[in-house]
Amino acid sequence: MGSNMAEAHPVGFQWVMEAKARGTQVVHIDPRFTRTSAVADRHVPLRAGSDIAFLGGVINYILSNELDFREYVTAYTNASFLVDESFRDTEDLDGLFSGYDDATASYDPTSWHYESTTPVGDGAGDKERAAPDQHGSGGAPIEGAQDIPADPTLQHPRCVYQVLKRHYARYTPEMVERVCGVPAASFLQIAKAWAENSGRERTAALVYSVGWTQHSVGAQYIRAGSIIQLLLGNIGRPGGGILALRGHASIQGSTDVPTLFNLLPGYLAMPTAGDATLADYLDQITSQNQKGFWHNADAYMVSLLKEYWGDAATADNDYCFDYLPRINGDHGTYRTVMDMVDGKVFGYFLLGQNPAVGSAHGRLQRLGMANLDWLVVRDLVEIESASFWKDGPEVETGEITPETCRTEVFLFPAASHVEKAGSFTQTQRMLQWREQAVEPPGDARSELWFFYHLGRILREKLAYSIDARDRPLLDLSWDYALDGDEPSGEDVLRRISGVDLTTGRAVDNYLDLKADGSTMSGCWIYSGVYADEVNQAARRTPRTEQAHDDDWGWTWPMNRRILYNRASADPQGRPWSERKKLVWWDEAQGEWTGHDVPDFERKKSPDYRPPEGAVGVEALRGDDPFIMQADGKAWLFAPNGVLDGPLPTHYEPHESPVRNPLYVQQGNPARKVYGRQDNPSNPSPPEAHGEVFPFVFTAARLTEHHTAGGMSRQLAYLSELQPGLFVEVSPELASVRGLVHMDWAHVVTSRTAVDARVFVTERLRPLHIDDHVVHQIWMPYHFGNKGLVDGDVVNDLLGVVADPNVLIQESKVATCDIQPGRRPRGPALLDYVAAYRSRAGITTKTGTNLDTTGPSTDHDEETP
Amino acid sequence: MSGNSFYGPLADPAGDAGYDERHPPRVGFFTDTSVCIGCKACEVACKEWNEVPDDGFDLLGMSFDNTGELGANSWRHVAFVEQPGGRSGVGEDLKAPVDLGMPELKQAVADVVGERPDFRWLMSSDVCKHCTHAGCLDVCPTGALFRTEFSTVVVQQDICNGCGYCVSACPYGVIERREGDGRAWKCTMCYDRLHDGLEPACAKACPTDSIQFGPLDELRERAALRVEQLHERGVTEARLYGHDPNDGVGGDGAFFLLLDEPEVYGLPPDPVVPTRDAGAMWRYAGLAASALVGIAVSAFVGRR
Amino acid sequence: MKEQVAVPPAEFRSYYGRQILKTPAWNWMIAAYLFLGGLSAGSAMLGAGADLTGRPTLRKVSRVGALVSILGSLYFLVADLGRPERFHHMLRVAKPSSPMSMGTWILSAYGPGAGLAGVAELMPNRLRRNWIGRLVWWLARPAGLWAAATAPGVASYTAVLLSHTAVPAWHEAHPYLPFVFTGSAAASGGGLGMMLVPVGEAGPARRMAVAGAALEVAASRAMEPRLGLVAEAYTTGRAHRLRQWSEVLTVGGAVGTVVGGRRRAVLVASGLALLAGSALQRFGVFEAGVASTQNPKYVVVPQRERLTAESAANR
Repeated sequence: MGSNMAEAHPVGFQWVMEAKARGTQVVHIDPRFTRTSAVADRHVPLRAGSDIAFLGGVINYILSNELDFREYVTAYTNASFLVDESFRDTEDLDGLFSGYDDATASYDPTSWHYESTTPVGDGAGDKERAAPDQHGSGGAPIEGAQDIPADPTLQHPRCVYQVLKRHYARYTPEMVERVCGVPAASFLQIAKAWAENSGRERTAALVYSVGWTQHSVGAQYIRAGSIIQLLLGNIGRPGGGILALRGHASIQGSTDVPTLFNLLPGYLAMPTAGDATLADYLDQITSQNQKGFWHNADAYMVSLLKEYWGDAATADNDYCFDYLPRINGDHGTYRTVMDMVDGKVFGYFLLGQNPAVGSAHGRLQRLGMANLDWLVVRDLVEIESASFWKDGPEVETGEITPETCRTEVFLFPAASHVEKAGSFTQTQRMLQWREQAVEPPGDARSELWFFYHLGRILREKLAYSIDARDRPLLDLSWDYALDGDEPSGEDVLRRISGVDLTTGRAVDNYLDLKADGSTMSGCWIYSGVYADEVNQAARRTPRTEQAHDDDWGWTWPMNRRILYNRASADPQGRPWSERKKLVWWDEAQGEWTGHDVPDFERKKSPDYRPPEGAVGVEALRGDDPFIMQADGKAWLFAPNGVLDGPLPTHYEPHESPVRNPLYVQQGNPARKVYGRQDNPSNPSPPEAHGEVFPFVFTAARLTEHHTAGGMSRQLAYLSELQPGLFVEVSPELASVRGLVHMDWAHVVTSRTAVDARVFVTERLRPLHIDDHVVHQIWMPYHFGNKGLVDGDVVNDLLGVVADPNVLIQESKVATCDIQPGRRPRGPALLDYVAAYRSRAGITTKTGTNLDTTGPSTDHDEETP
Repeated sequence: MSGNSFYGPLADPAGDAGYDERHPPRVGFFTDTSVCIGCKACEVACKEWNEVPDDGFDLLGMSFDNTGELGANSWRHVAFVEQPGGRSGVGEDLKAPVDLGMPELKQAVADVVGERPDFRWLMSSDVCKHCTHAGCLDVCPTGALFRTEFSTVVVQQDICNGCGYCVSACPYGVIERREGDGRAWKCTMCYDRLHDGLEPACAKACPTDSIQFGPLDELRERAALRVEQLHERGVTEARLYGHDPNDGVGGDGAFFLLLDEPEVYGLPPDPVVPTRDAGAMWRYAGLAASALVGIAVSAFVGRR
Repeated sequence: MKEQVAVPPAEFRSYYGRQILKTPAWNWMIAAYLFLGGLSAGSAMLGAGADLTGRPTLRKVSRVGALVSILGSLYFLVADLGRPERFHHMLRVAKPSSPMSMGTWILSAYGPGAGLAGVAELMPNRLRRNWIGRLVWWLARPAGLWAAATAPGVASYTAVLLSHTAVPAWHEAHPYLPFVFTGSAAASGGGLGMMLVPVGEAGPARRMAVAGAALEVAASRAMEPRLGLVAEAYTTGRAHRLRQWSEVLTVGGAVGTVVGGRRRAVLVASGLALLAGSALQRFGVFEAGVASTQNPKYVVVPQRERLTAESAANR
């Protein structure tokens, strides 16, 4: 679901085909019939944005028919834990949970807690910082996580199991049909097959990609999938689990070692304003009374600070904690671009990134970039984000004049991935080392070279400064090993992995990291990739020479291939079945063993019970497989850590043609909106005039191009495979709008209109939603105005609205109109779109009234 | 030459062409289109390895096929056919509707249009067939086209003078003269890679092993098993194409597993090497030549 | 058992209606070559006969005509190559499976004969007096006879050239095209001869022209109902128009030849008509071939029928 794996990950997809050859059933659930659907056993079309209703239906099916893997659920999840009395479900509040604050459009999670615990964190502030992003490696904190009151029989009305049951009771097969457009019979077949293929002897895997994440309820989509996989006992087991396919090469690495505003490496939180000391900071991110390895966050943080500032970081100065910047709000990419438009940002580095084509609301991106002092673009070719000021669409409309555009653009040639050595971290958390194959041409240089020397030059320029402000830069430990003038990637990897400063040797793994300044590690989850002074990421033992895949590359953490694999054995440490054994307790040896590195303390026996008052790792029982969670269990119900509800709930997308059939609450009440003049939204029920944009819009990839096209539209062999922008419509929609195959048409939203050739195809179907016929259209988003082939920028159609947990934009579903013929050009385009906005009655308040259960605030903002 | 040199089953084309018994076994492609994901890595890998020029940037509107057909500048071509349903049985339905691969416009209908289990999207990577009896090879008047020791068919670019005869002699419509260059070009089955014991670039790149390369008789065995397996799983439309040494070209060096009739993919249903009728053609020509002699002689008999 | 359908189905399946075969790489120059080659062959035979029966003007006209037209046809052959400078590569091999290779050698045999005989006729008088001139003149008769002996090959192999392809209209017509072409060669050779000689010597030319025309038209007509679906390529569109005109001119020319008596003007007009008719015949056949590659039905329908018939027969 939410993935077009064959088209987006064709090489990885070979393993799905292998599995299929061995009898695996492949089901593809997607609004569109794609190349993945063509080889799947079954394709189920559903309405874009309705996946939670489908998944909720599956949860309801499992619970109503008692098809859950009961022993697994009881032992390993929080199903038996009792929720606080003050909790109110969407069943009680028309689609809201208890604790909603209309003024800040955020939830206070106090009432979501277990009967005996208290929350950590603050709803509105967490939303600004997308705090849940920071739980990428460890669970959300809760206070008092031992001995949570529970009912192992799962009958108590406030136990999580019963709360779940009640919450999903209305997600019947008939409701799935109404909301998703999937016939009830088809839905039941899928749910049945999923449940039947799970349990002791069998497991089912769930694969998703950005078709799930790029929604205003994206995090909840994944939560819903997780709940199902937990109920069926598929997590931590071979052939089961959830595989998140990431969007492009090494993007997993760029969240692990991030350039995100709210994250430090290893998903440590970026300090916020108010974190005066390291102790304050650590207090915020962990709680003292919780279980698990996240309890040791101090070791991870101190080791990071030591890597940054080396000898300058000592216990006396809090390990230079104060040198770290603090965030005080939403500094996400979209907010930053808006700040550019508002004149608050002066410089921008774009490194292998093309927001003029690849980010939502392309016009906003380009207008923002046109209002800078300087812009540095490092790329393989002159991408649209470097040339927008002279030949972008806004030049044609007159919004940008090349002669007067104030941004000075510095375009640097970048080395490609074969022209430098380094690691890729891919979707399965695997680091693989790449050797350099050829020298970069001319002046092209690697990222390491550029930033190392930029840092060096800045430090040289500031060398005699006495301003305290310059200390963070000058105190940096900037002594990476050089190969000529090229920093050694292996040295960087080694420092990321971690070094024991007392011995000078690489650490073995994150268990070796200390909070006393004696170790350094650039990213604690990567700790161990350079263990034994060997670049573990460079290992290439073929699968013909090893029984499993442990000796190819290195996965974080600690080369564990399947996370939480303790759950592949029962509470007594025996595999659930011989057929599906992965790791198990070897009584004779007194340790965990098996086909994978155990994701558990090797010597902790299954019947270990913690002593009174134990915290952290010590507090984990021998049957707590979810070792990063504050209570050691998997969360069916999330008492903390998700900002828009403890349970996934179907909300309509921000832009939708239909009223939410399930609740009075229309959309995600906590979603992040930016109600500005330059970020209009199409109206959705209960707002009027939605019929101006009556169709559902979705966009995705083609195999033949790569994301924003900077790497593919320059190559003849790829460009000729998909040489033009097209829009896919069903024959029925073609009839409604008078569209002819291969003629021009244009798609319109309140942001702009784009031209495309019409593809009439039955791979898109109209769906019956409630009493509507809903038409969906699809476009690939790879085109821009540069390269061998060009086309309008599809991302220009989207506005900015984001999931509150991680600030990902909702780019997989919106509403639109489509008309035959080409769009107006030049300034006439602006008038044309303005006329649409006028007919739809759009103001800055449109789309900003988030709580639709009663009178509430419009969350628009003043645009200076 | 043996009796079957022009037509009929021929077990050893390379031997028949004059190589001694030390020549390597015949190799070829088995393209299993039931696992093709339409990624076109084969098209790109081929062009990269063989430095084939691009074939123009035209959006053809034939589903995801913007290559169109095999030709001088496209040696692998991935075909896409969207089939809304009601597919034909195994080759016997003469009354199959005209299928241009594109759906017709329908009236807007407020029907429940849910799942349609019979909808298919066929994808298939086409290539030069390296026929056992190759029309192009038979008619080449310069000897540019030749049978390699691997039993494949290759054009020598330093000899071809662009006469274009091979273009018309190919029953599959594969080989073509390259514009601006004048010579005929087609897939070489990466002859240079074969010399170094490597598989052709397309087979190497194909992620799902839709394109399989190896000794031809092994491939034929594997293909037969695969068809059986598919039939057991209820995919009764699976059939092999070009595998049969008794067919009109003596069987192909590149054969396919298809999920519908060949013409749906743009392949001829029953291709025959033109050379089959060579004997008859020359006999008729001889008769006509005799008639001409007769006419000429009789024109002078008599007095006027 | 399924009932067999005897009538070709009007419907067939294809890949977006695209052609399966490649359109022939040859252009009009090959059609022109076919005409000139046949004209040369017919003229050479006429010239040899004239030589043996003492008709000097006819002999001269025919020998020169044979020379000029073979030079023209060689020009077109070379010019239509993708790499004309490599034309001599044709001489690398002699392949029985390739009518073009066989044709190369047939032309190589015929050419010098026709060439020598023609040159002998064209030699200026002063050259005839020296020893080379006398040698050439002496060789002219054997050369001319040799050309006439190989001329039937030149006139008929071109039909095999076209038929020995996958082009449906050419391949299916392989029993008939040789007769069309040799008839056409005779008609054009005779037509040229009777145009350019005094009425007294024109007799053999006229007889050859009429017989050739009759053979050409008869064969051309005979093939249409016997080609199945592919006949449409000959009987529709541009090919049809060319062949219609060809027939009108050829028949008209033949009639004129028969009833022309001793009227020079009629014979000249008839000769021209026959030449034009012969040329249009070749262009018509060429166009029919091209058309038959451009519609997939010509490939799919007959082949599908054949398969159905075979599988029925195998039950």
